[in-house]
Amino acid sequence: MRLKRKDLLGIEDLTRDELELILSTAASFKEVSEREIKKVPTLRGKTVINLFYEPSTRTRTSFEIAAKRMSADAVNISVSTSSAVKGETLRDTARNLEAMRPDCIVVRHSSSGTPHMLAGYVGCSVVNAGDGAHEHPSQALLDMLTVKEKKGTLSGLKIAIVGDIAHSRVARSNIYGFTKMGSEVTVAGPPTMLPAGIEKLGCRVTSNVEDALRGADVIMMLRIQMERQSESFFPTVREYSRVYGLDEAKLKRAKEDVIILHPGPINRGVEISSEVADGPYSLILDQVTNGVAVRMAIFYLLLGAAKEE
Amino acid sequence: MPMKKVVLDDKAIERALARVAHEIIERNKGTENLVILGIPTRGYHLALRLRKKIEEIEGVSLPVGAVDATLYRDDLGIKKDQPSLKRMEIPPVDGKKVVMVDDVLFTGRTIRAAMNALMDFGRPLAIQLAVLVDRGHRELPIKADYIGKNLPTSRKEGVKVHLSETDGVNEVVVDSAPQEGK
Amino acid sequence: MNRLVIKGGRVVDPAQNLDGFYNIYVMGGRVASIKKVEADTSEVGTDVDVVDATGLVVVPGLIDPHVHLREPGYEYKEDIATGSKAAAAGGFTAVMCMANTKPVNDNESVTRYILKKAEGQPVRVFPVGAVTQGQKGERLTEMGELKSSGCVAVSDDGVPISDPGLMRRALEYSSQFQMPVITHAEDSSLVGHGSMNEGVVATRLGLKGIPNAAEDVIVARDIALAELTGGRLHVAHVSTRGSVELIRRAK
Repeated sequence: MRLKRKDLLGIEDLTRDELELILSTAASFKEVSEREIKKVPTLRGKTVINLFYEPSTRTRTSFEIAAKRMSADAVNISVSTSSAVKGETLRDTARNLEAMRPDCIVVRHSSSGTPHMLAGYVGCSVVNAGDGAHEHPSQALLDMLTVKEKKGTLSGLKIAIVGDIAHSRVARSNIYGFTKMGSEVTVAGPPTMLPAGIEKLGCRVTSNVEDALRGADVIMMLRIQMERQSESFFPTVREYSRVYGLDEAKLKRAKEDVIILHPGPINRGVEISSEVADGPYSLILDQVTNGVAVRMAIFYLLLGAAKEE
Repeated sequence: MPMKKVVLDDKAIERALARVAHEIIERNKGTENLVILGIPTRGYHLALRLRKKIEEIEGVSLPVGAVDATLYRDDLGIKKDQPSLKRMEIPPVDGKKVVMVDDVLFTGRTIRAAMNALMDFGRPLAIQLAVLVDRGHRELPIKADYIGKNLPTSRKEGVKVHLSETDGVNEVVVDSAPQEGK
Repeated sequence: MNRLVIKGGRVVDPAQNLDGFYNIYVMGGRVASIKKVEADTSEVGTDVDVVDATGLVVVPGLIDPHVHLREPGYEYKEDIATGSKAAAAGGFTAVMCMANTKPVNDNESVTRYILKKAEGQPVRVFPVGAVTQGQKGERLTEMGELKSSGCVAVSDDGVPISDPGLMRRALEYSSQFQMPVITHAEDSSLVGHGSMNEGVVATRLGLKGIPNAAEDVIVARDIALAELTGGRLHVAHVSTRGSVELIRRAK
């Protein structure tokens, strides 16, 4: 069994079988990170370039550790050191990187579609580490792995995604992922942050957070970006927190064995209260652990076999 | 016309495993310090069977684990069909005598990979190898310590071990025109 | 030499209400007669040039009232020579070029530069002058000078005129020179950083959307101002159902 793909660009293109393959492979890889010697020789001699046009610590580090645990060489290029600031086009950057013969480029960019363009320019594999408000497939996969571990299944669950849906690639990838696996997704947020036609992606939509949380098996709180305040998406952090922030009172609406996810980094006391973030339902740190396993699985499935001719 | 021939049946497999169990005990002068590690999928089930046989003889239940060699294989970049990851479950091996168990010994490459995997978990005192079938054609300097059956084959033939745990039947089959060789 | 027949083409000319297959006879550079292909029994002499237009559409020279020739300043995108050739290849004989060049066509010297470059090109080039100086949306241009140096209309196309008071003055002031104001009807704050139509496709692609209302509100505003001032308004690149309805009603 293998993923018959050159690239991993989004959850929208993946079939349920492909999602299951990645998740079961990732579950096997968790064991490697628990060993004394956290390294396997599988991808020896492969080179992975992390090309990050947006600042990121967590995702970049996670991809880097995943590559290194597979014995691939990982190189990080961040925007401050790249040629983009010198006016080089993406196409030229891609060709220059390709000339160094990498096996995989992991790319994050603030513009939607960048990884897709890059994938068309280069022969090596491209992994989307987040493009604009479009997709963040590895995040959705680690969320799904975390939920599957706790709930034993990914079908028939009620998933609530709360926050700034309009600007969230995490929300989009998770809507695709969880609905493909047979769960019911409800997105909730201020009407200013619900993008047009989002219900056509296969989810329920509401601006009533209590309604979204009622009977939920999984609550995913999205990070609120403070700069949206100045763009009038919401009046003040205080009001946002009061209406949409997850505290113990709101949590009572969910199922007793609800679990809480957050893609991080969290704004304590804004979208999520400290007692909830640190509470027994919170799986925020499990998500981080699973992130490495999911990314190892992605590398294994994309790079660990002979190339298709 | 593909020709399939059963070379070991249910009874023969049981007898071979019983003999191997005796040999392991004899060679190690008992069961002290022994650990059995099977290579998934069928090697692991054979390891469980060996534990049971050793327990019947010696009254001691040995620790059994699984050592998946997939991530250590040397043919990942060559094979088009990507192997899926299997069970990895290794009990403490530092200072232990490890008996690795697989169904068929062929080129020796899987055993090499499994030994490398095992070394990442600790430093065993010794590693011994038990196989149900040795079909020859080694490509590496590897030799089994315990062999259920020596089976001279041609390279083109396929040797398949079927176990009730995974295949519903106990038999070893030689296929003269296999789809994929093992 | 000066006798020509264009044979067998589909002739379309809304001015004469023509759409059918005709042979066109040209004499001395002017259309002498147009005859239905099936009814045409004329013999063509050997001294007549024949153009076989079978499978082609024959139209009067088309006029594109909205082109960007980009010169001066953005010659790496397009220039007057390449833009003119492209227009001619598409059946156009006259184009009106927008003012968002660098420098902006907001004074005589830029207009004359464009007209000089347009000499000898296969199409006629009619420059459009800017409404406001530097297209900054602050102060009106010297429209009298623009008119006399060859501009046929004014427009800040490329950027909207956000200030309704300024738009009013532009419509009023330009009317004395019989130059229409071509409006780039888009509300900047509703457009934001949008890059495509707002809707499920934009949402799916993670791109910022632009609502139709961004165009509709400015079209409605400019229609009201045209009514108020009696100025001549031309709405460029109409793209929404709402603005079509507004314009239809206003007419």
